[in-house]
Amino acid sequence: MLCQKCKKHAATVHLTEILNSEKREKHLCEQCAAQEGLTDKAQQPINQLVAKFVLAQTEAKELSQITCPDCGMSFLQFRNGGLLGCPNDYEVFKQTLVGLLEKAHEGRTQHVGKIPGGRENKHKRQHELMKLRRDLQEAVNLEDYERAAALRDKVKGLEENG
Amino acid sequence: MDNVTELVSGRGDWLKSVNSEGGIVISSRIRLARNLGGFHFLSKCSQQDRDEIQALIVGAINSSALGGHFFYVHLDNMGPLERQLLVERHLISRQHAEAEGPRGVALVGDETVALMVNEEDHLRMQVLYGGLQLDKAWQRINQLDDQLEERLEFAFHEQFGYLTACPTNIGTGIRVSVMMHLPALKITGEIERVFRAAKDMHLAVRGLYGEGTEATGDFYQISNQSTLGKTEEEIVEEFRDLVVPRITEYEVQARELLTKQKSTMIEDKVWRAIGMLKYARTISTEETLLLLSHLRMGLNMGMLNDVDLDTINELFLNTQQAHLQIITGQRLDGEQRSKLRADYIRRRLSNHQNN
Repeated sequence: MLCQKCKKHAATVHLTEILNSEKREKHLCEQCAAQEGLTDKAQQPINQLVAKFVLAQTEAKELSQITCPDCGMSFLQFRNGGLLGCPNDYEVFKQTLVGLLEKAHEGRTQHVGKIPGGRENKHKRQHELMKLRRDLQEAVNLEDYERAAALRDKVKGLEENG
Repeated sequence: MDNVTELVSGRGDWLKSVNSEGGIVISSRIRLARNLGGFHFLSKCSQQDRDEIQALIVGAINSSALGGHFFYVHLDNMGPLERQLLVERHLISRQHAEAEGPRGVALVGDETVALMVNEEDHLRMQVLYGGLQLDKAWQRINQLDDQLEERLEFAFHEQFGYLTACPTNIGTGIRVSVMMHLPALKITGEIERVFRAAKDMHLAVRGLYGEGTEATGDFYQISNQSTLGKTEEEIVEEFRDLVVPRITEYEVQARELLTKQKSTMIEDKVWRAIGMLKYARTISTEETLLLLSHLRMGLNMGMLNDVDLDTINELFLNTQQAHLQIITGQRLDGEQRSKLRADYIRRRLSNHQNN
């Protein structure tokens, strides 16, 4: 399909617009689409995204009243500067931040990456326990009581060591 | 090393390495952002806090196995020209150079590692290699992080991961950046494809010196935007297996198209670039970058053999403002610099021909 505008290049940008309940389709090449501002050439810097999003959120006025007791950062200050004041701000502003984080991180709000050493052990232990309990359940279902007993001992051992 | 100006006698390892993907991928960089638990983030830190944070981090580096390999540079008592030199070598960010207060950077001699202290976060570690070497960069920085973590307690949250001053960096705190040279896409007017692909894949496209800089000389820095909810390995793999191959393919296609359909035009561009660089009497940084970009493209497309990549890389580095002034030992205004730059390039390119 050729671009509707220049009729020279292949149309690669396809857009459906609904205007006054009338459906209109646009098929443009990259250049024409860029001219029409349909693709944003200049990527939106992430900081602007923060500023914009937080700006919209703060329309709920009560938010601007919240201040972190640890560092004194107010939500208003954060909105203006884009930077938080201390780790505790993540708890203090958590409710609003979660929305922002979803926007900034493709809808994800739970860390799954690297974990600091000490905590990794804790995390590993929890993970190990989960696996053991699952195996234990399986063993019980299969009426393999010998294996189940061994697994139960392991679970107990891990729980006591933690 | 006592003085960062000594760096100009060499070149960072990343600029020496062999080019990969037909010279399209210039460098691979991975950065991790970390903050010390028990301190405020920098916007709420006193001068004393900053001193303390700096002392703790430098102490941790020196007492670790890394100690002997690093030298620490205090930026607050360094002149603007020397700070600019570090920016031009991609060892610190522009923001770090221009900020105030106790701050610095720990460097290794081959310039593959730079640990910025008191930038936007307490610690920003960077590993930089030439070509496409993301796995190697991740292994190295992960190891560095482990070594420092034995001595420092980083702010961490069960849900949000590593905590950073800006919520856009939390979780892994990782930023993977690949510097790509995309002259053919620029010439064919298809660079828009890269921006669109980047948008699809939630990536940011920036200029040569990172955040807030223009893409001069057809160099684009492509980096991940989301840092939460994926593992570091997943982010690195996505770059290695998806992002870089896709954009490389676009550039390869554009180069093939130019070779087939516009060979005279493209040869003319390359030879004009040589002509200008060899004979100009005054030249700006921007024009130099653009012409060197065309030269680099010509070399990678097999059109040239009387200039080598090493010379081009050296010119990229040494014709920048601070480098030029430090190498020639002269402090000059813009107009004088342009003359000096043209002289320097002419000398290097004619020397080369005689060799």
